[in-house]
Amino acid sequence: MASTRPNQLFRNKSAKIAAIPMIVTALFVFVGGTAWTIVYSFTGSGLLPRLKWVGLDQYERLWDTRKWMISIENLAIYGFSMLILVFVIGFILAALLDQKIRFENTIRTVILYPYALSFVVTGLVWQWILNPEFGVQNIVRGWGWETFTFDPLYNAEIAIFGILIAGLWQGSGLVMVLMLAGLRGIDQDVWKAARVDGIPSWKTYLFIVIPMMRPVFITTLVLVVTGIVKIYDLIVAQTGGGPGIATEVPAKYVYDMMFQANNLGQAFAASTMMLVTVALVVIPWAFLEFGGSKNRG
Amino acid sequence: MVDTTSHTFTGPHGPKPRKAFSRRNIFLYGTLLVVTLYYALPLYIMIVTSLKGMPEIRMGNIFAPPLEVTFEPWVKAWSQACTGLTCDGLSTGFWNSVRITIPSVILSIIIASVNGYALANWKFKGANVFFTILIFGAFIPYQVMLYPIVIMLREIGLYGSLTGLVIVHTVFGMPILTLLFRNYFSSLPEELFKAARVDGAGFWGIYFRIMVPMSLPIFTVAMILQVTGIWNDFLFGVVYTGPESYPMTVSLNNIVNSSQGVKEYNVNMAATILTGLVPLTIYFVSGKLFVRGIAAGAVKG
Repeated sequence: MASTRPNQLFRNKSAKIAAIPMIVTALFVFVGGTAWTIVYSFTGSGLLPRLKWVGLDQYERLWDTRKWMISIENLAIYGFSMLILVFVIGFILAALLDQKIRFENTIRTVILYPYALSFVVTGLVWQWILNPEFGVQNIVRGWGWETFTFDPLYNAEIAIFGILIAGLWQGSGLVMVLMLAGLRGIDQDVWKAARVDGIPSWKTYLFIVIPMMRPVFITTLVLVVTGIVKIYDLIVAQTGGGPGIATEVPAKYVYDMMFQANNLGQAFAASTMMLVTVALVVIPWAFLEFGGSKNRG
Repeated sequence: MVDTTSHTFTGPHGPKPRKAFSRRNIFLYGTLLVVTLYYALPLYIMIVTSLKGMPEIRMGNIFAPPLEVTFEPWVKAWSQACTGLTCDGLSTGFWNSVRITIPSVILSIIIASVNGYALANWKFKGANVFFTILIFGAFIPYQVMLYPIVIMLREIGLYGSLTGLVIVHTVFGMPILTLLFRNYFSSLPEELFKAARVDGAGFWGIYFRIMVPMSLPIFTVAMILQVTGIWNDFLFGVVYTGPESYPMTVSLNNIVNSSQGVKEYNVNMAATILTGLVPLTIYFVSGKLFVRGIAAGAVKG
């Protein structure tokens, strides 16, 4: 073992030098930056950050702002719908692809390609497809259904679902690929045993395979949730937060406050709330995943 | 453990194989066909729209193939489309993105691979603490760290420059890349490392002469991951650069969503494809390696 060798301190100098970028990033950017933002969220910073304490004022104002409430509501609607649908679609697609079918690679390639695209590209394509004048609505009307209305991006009530359509198109391929990897990791004997016992395949999936895939589900969940909380580019490209403020989200609220409204205190309070949201998911997951085995690399 | 299962039989999961046109197969392939078409449709619509003239778009249907193919929208998107301020198209943004992506990818991979190597083979006291912080840092919403980084970059005089953005990409690429390299280097046989030590090779000697040559696949995976990730970035581009150094995604958004003038949907779609072309090419060429890259985010550390 390395620790039994002499002059260990000297020998590991190169490793320590090599790790400097990591140490700087971890300490100054991740820990330092986060702490800085949290501290300044308790100040009355406007155009420039300054240490004028205002206690919880920023948070009170935040939760009194209509735009923030709408942002939170949108994130909740988008988040829950996305979470449920992306898992249902991703899992069903993975299960279909796992039937030893032909053209598996082609199909997987087509379903996953949206994930390689920028959210800006995704947003703009769907802005065009959902355009009522030329897109889907126009086409269905052309078939003779004159009163057909499908204009999610122009109707404040359902605009967030227009975003959801684009988000699902881009994100479900990722879940499918992860689920497929999980399904491939299941011992084939499980299937044989279930078949011998005469259990229908849907029951085998629901009560045997899915519970066995718990680790895959949990990691996918963490990836999907952190992605949902960060959603920003898609909104900017597809709707710009509109119509009105119907599709605002927290990440956009932070950006607008920080760089357009010159209200840094609000931006810091809002981003701290985003951090809390992510922490509520990540910390329990970390305990589940690593809690029992602290000493493993 | 001895493998007791039959290793000659690799049959399908369901019941025994059936006829090609069984109800199950029709349902299965039918569903997959519909799904595949749905996912492919937006790409098709982008291409078709970008090849039509505006009069044809106004009267026609977005699914219809162009009656008269024109490449003018592509030319216009590349060199003349207006962003509100200037009218030099996407080309500036494209070259900015190239100048951002290449150094960011190289720098982040060098730093993360050396880092991962140090973590895998030269563990020092406290290394895992920093590594854990780094991994948790990957989950912090970027919005939390946006402003502190603005201040840091301003302090060193790089705010608003391409160099500043390169540093930002390197920093935020570090968690996933370090994890990727650390896990890969840990999986290499330890005897190699020990043999090289016995032969007197040091930290850098082993890295350059053993680790790097043995790890070309993982370097490719990291490159795919970084090129697509950095090319597709919008938030950092808009925050840390100025109008003359905006990356392609930001210029694209400015071109399409600028409120002035008549909307030219064909030019917009041409610009959209142009922006998506680099990651799409990488995706279609790299195939399985791309999948491996995104799955790397899911393996636990």
